[in-house]
This record gives sequence, C-alpha cells and structure tokens, in this order.
Amino acid sequence: MDILSSLALGFATAFTLQNLLYCFLGCLLGTLVGVLPGIGPAATIAMLLPATFTLPAAPALIMMAGIYYGAQYGGSTTAILVNLPGEASSVVTTIDGYQMSQQGRAGVALATAAIGSFVAGSVATLVLALFAPPLAEMSLEFRAPDYFSLMVLGLIGSVILARGSFIKALAMIVFGLLVGLVGTDVNAPVRRFTFEIPELFDGIGIVPVAMGIFGLGEIILNLQHQESRAKVIGTITKLMPSREDLGRMAAPILRGSALGSFLGILPGGGALLASFAAYALEKKVARDPSRFGRGAIEGVAAPEAANNAGAQTSFIPLLTLGLPSNAIMALMAGAMMIQGVQPGPGVMKSQPALFWGLIASMWIGNLMLLILNLPLVGLWARLVRVPYDVLYPAIMVFCAIGVYSLSGSLVDLYLMIGFGALGYLFAKLGCDPAPFLLGMILGPFMEEYLRRAMLLSRGDPMVFVERPISATLLGLTAVAVLFILSPTFRARRDQALKE
Amino acid sequence: MPSFIHKPRDFLAGLLFLVVGVGAFVVAQDYSFGTARRMGSGYFPTVLAGILAALGAILILLSLFGRRDAAEALALRPVLVVISGSLAFAFLLRPAGLVIAMITMVLIAAIGSRTAKLLPSLLLAGGLAAGSVVVFVWALGQPLPVWGSWFGS
Repeated sequence: MDILSSLALGFATAFTLQNLLYCFLGCLLGTLVGVLPGIGPAATIAMLLPATFTLPAAPALIMMAGIYYGAQYGGSTTAILVNLPGEASSVVTTIDGYQMSQQGRAGVALATAAIGSFVAGSVATLVLALFAPPLAEMSLEFRAPDYFSLMVLGLIGSVILARGSFIKALAMIVFGLLVGLVGTDVNAPVRRFTFEIPELFDGIGIVPVAMGIFGLGEIILNLQHQESRAKVIGTITKLMPSREDLGRMAAPILRGSALGSFLGILPGGGALLASFAAYALEKKVARDPSRFGRGAIEGVAAPEAANNAGAQTSFIPLLTLGLPSNAIMALMAGAMMIQGVQPGPGVMKSQPALFWGLIASMWIGNLMLLILNLPLVGLWARLVRVPYDVLYPAIMVFCAIGVYSLSGSLVDLYLMIGFGALGYLFAKLGCDPAPFLLGMILGPFMEEYLRRAMLLSRGDPMVFVERPISATLLGLTAVAVLFILSPTFRARRDQALKE
Repeated sequence: MPSFIHKPRDFLAGLLFLVVGVGAFVVAQDYSFGTARRMGSGYFPTVLAGILAALGAILILLSLFGRRDAAEALALRPVLVVISGSLAFAFLLRPAGLVIAMITMVLIAAIGSRTAKLLPSLLLAGGLAAGSVVVFVWALGQPLPVWGSWFGS
C-alpha cells in the first residue's frame, strides 16, 4: 500500500462521526489540562484510561493522543498570559511569550504559538506517515536478541535528559523493571512478588501506578509549594500578527518543526526535550541573541512548534518498534495492551485502519485545536483563575473512582495510594519517575526476549554482539552512556534546563 | 541527618534502592534460578535485584563525598492529608457508600490546603458527591454503591 492510499484509509477512519467526536473530546480535554496548572496530560490520560475500556481501540487511542498534543497548545496559553507554564514543555515559552504579553502583544504571541503548533502538527503528521512504514518494515527483521538490545537502548536513552544523577535514573529503570515482573511468570506457573494477594497474580496495572505518581503524588507536591500568585492576565487586543511578524516567525517555525520531529523520534524524546532544544537553537542562529528574553517572537514560535511536533512523532517508536519513549507513551502502550493491541510493527500490518486513522486524526485534531484555541482564547485564559483548592479534591475524586472502576477492586485503590506516596518520595529524593514507568511496561518483554535470545544461542551471551542489528543498537547505547557521562554534556544540559 | 552525609537526598534514595534490591533478591531466591540457557523464574528478578542493590550501595557511598547538598524539606501535612483522605475513601466505600466516602475524602483533603475554608469545602464536597453519583453511577453505570452495607443495601 502506498502512502496516499494509506492516508486515504486513515482519513476515512478518522472522519467517522464517533472518531471525530472523540478526537474533539481529546483536544478539548488536552487544552483544558494544558491551561490548568497542576494537572498534566499524564495524570489526565491515566484518569481517563478506565473510561476508555468500553470504547473500541481507535476512538480510545485517538482521544488519548488528542490529550497529549492538545495539552501542548493549552500549555502555551498560560505561559504567555500569566507567566505560568501549564505544562513542563511550555516552560521556555514563558521567557519570551510573557514578555510579549507585557508589551501588549499577548494576542500576537498566542496566534504565533497556535500557528506554529498547527504547522508543526502538519509536518509531524507527514513525518509519521513517511517514516513509520519503513521503520516498521525494518523492525520485522528484528529477532529476540535485537529486541532486547533495542529495549536497553530505549531505556538508557530515556534517561539522557533525566534530571539528577545518572545512577539514580538507572536505578529507577531497574526498580521499574522489577515492579513490572510482579505477577504470574508467563513461562511457568510461578507467582512472583505477589505476597499471596490474588489481585496481584495478573501483575500491577499501569493505571493505579500512573494515577498514584502523576495524580496523588503531584497533588502533594503542589500543596507543599502552594503559593498565592497574583494572577494578572494580559489583555488580548490584537490577534493577527503583522506581515513583519509572519516573516519573522516562518523560519523558526519550520526549524522548530524539523528539530521537534527529529527529537520526538529519539528514545527519551518527546515534547519536553524538543521545546528546550528549539529555543537553544534559535538563540544560536539569531543575528542578535540579546533580543531573546525581551519578547522575541522567535522564542515563542520555535519551541511551540517543536513541542507539538515532538509530541506527535514520539508515537513513531511506539507504533513501529513497540518502544515507548516517555511516560505518556508508556501509558499509551498500556492503553493499547488493554485494548488487545500489541504495540509494535504488527499494528500497521494487522490493523491498518487503526494505525492510519490515528495518524490522520492528529492532523484533524490540530485543525480543531486551531479553531478551539484562537477564537476562544479569552475563555481559556479565564480558567487560569480556577483555584487549586477546587481542583485537587476533584482530581482525587476522579482518581479514586477511576481506579476503583477498573475492576471493582480495593487493592487497586491501595496500590494507587501507595504509589502516590512513593511518587512524592521519588520527587523529594530527586528521582525522575518516567524511567520507572518505562521499565515497568518493558519489564516482562525484556525478560521474555532475554529468555528467547539465550535459548536460541544456547546460553551464549555473545549473541548480542554477533548479530549486526543488536550490536549496532548496543553500540548506540554505549555512545549514549558516554554522552551522559561526559562532563561537558552534563554541564550544558544542566544549563539548558536551568534557563 | 548526621554530618558525614554530604548529600542526604542521594543517601536516602540509595537506601531505598538498596532495601528494595536486597528484599527482592531474598524473595527471588524462592524461585528456580535455572541456567543462562534455560532461565528459571528467578533468573531475571535475581539479576535485576542484584543490580538495584548495587546501584543503591554506590549511591550511598557517593553521597558521603563531594559538595554538600541542603536537605529537602518534607511537608508532612499534604502527605498525610492526601494519603489519609484516599485511604478513608477506600475504607468507607463499601460499608458507607460512595456519597459518604467521597464527602469524607474531600473534607480531609481540604485540611491540606492553607487557603481552603470550611463552608466552600462543604459545598465542594457535596457538589462532587452529587456529580459523581449522577455521572459515574447513573450515566456511566459504574458498579459503585451509592449507599453502603451500613444502610442495608
């Protein structure tokens, strides 16, 4: 099937009433959580997972994808208007975006972010359509040892940008892998780490863990750092950028889209990494870097384009290799498995309508977001005033009901509460939870591939370096480790994250 | 924290990993280890637990040297409030039912905020409880007990 007929199939799938509706719902919710500080896409997707069980796979995944890239739009709104990043990936947008709004150019900044996001979304949709099939084709060559090495690369890659020490991030991966092994061993009637609790025989679900860490854990953190901020909302006067503005933003948007699309594909990539890198790049190529931080339109256009592109292309490793690259993709992987779809190269082959429908829905979703965000921006801006005192009890209610309705089990509730406490502890100890979640998802697969690889090689570990694909992947892993450990990289990363 | 620990956060993280690693290692000894060629159920967990414990030990060791970090402030009130509120929900859901469990949870949670006041919190709790019954029980048909076994249902 060539790209055009595939895309046609995708649009045909995405344009059904049900899928359009859930696409819209996802974008709406995404914008909402993007605007509201203190609740992110990860917690939202986790809370909604139980509600999607009754849906078919396509609308469920379309909606959850909409939440992720929709949050990138919404996050920029608060970043520009009130200097509060609704999402981590909008942190850099506050630098120049808020300055623009202080100079009375809030409308232009919002329009820039929306236009940049839309262009980037379109570019990323194309990148997905072009690069996913060959990657999936290639991964059909993969055998057990290659998959094992791929997962090693994916897990190590995911910590390139993890805050804090490399050892901690490594330990979080291993901790996650261990938690992933809880339950009945697929190869033997042995129950591992279940402590005779029947509800644990099938393993620990991703939903209670994600809700605990990203829902309850975040609430505790936010309550600790609760502050009454004066929320001065910049007034929006003129939305349309001038011809000069348009000229200025064109190149940064394209650069941001390209960089974001590329970084989204990498393990550990996604919206966050993309936005930081794009801002740094713009500063590098600018003729007059001193303008940045004083309301440079490039400083809004590029990172907003990049985070949207990165959010979308981070689906590529998940859909083609079965490898989630960040916490949200880990949740998507969990959602797919619950729907009975095994993430990986098989998705495109066995469920082309689902695969291409998801991709097409992203473009449609971006169009919806443009309409949803520009004319309605005043409404969204007002939502910033929703006090956290109202928000967090509601989040707790949603988490509690959502997790209980998974299977009507109190054990899931206790798990969520336990992981909520653990999530807070992780944050206090400077441990990034994303590698933990990735490890948890990949744990059973890694064990299975390791087993198969060693069975095929008769117990000879050399198989991992003798197979060219596996050797290449491990080589890349080694490069990544050297990168992480090199003092210059660490210094630059820390500087970039601080800015 | 005693003064020989230069980086309390790394020290405690290392301790956490070490304890979990050693614990998992001990438990995993109940499962057959097998050989590299035919791995038993205990092979992968044992290896992982060993690595985790080792990483924890390294972290602890490294935390004794280098530039001193300030200890992180732990906020007990939000932790207690969010955890005990959720626990109250879990305990009360079946005996008392959704409405009472939810109101209790929201009211306990309100203690955690420095700005929340009693009357608005009561209103919020009532509103959330009513809303959840309408949305989750009536509209979505979730099998949640509106009133629990204490009320004979």
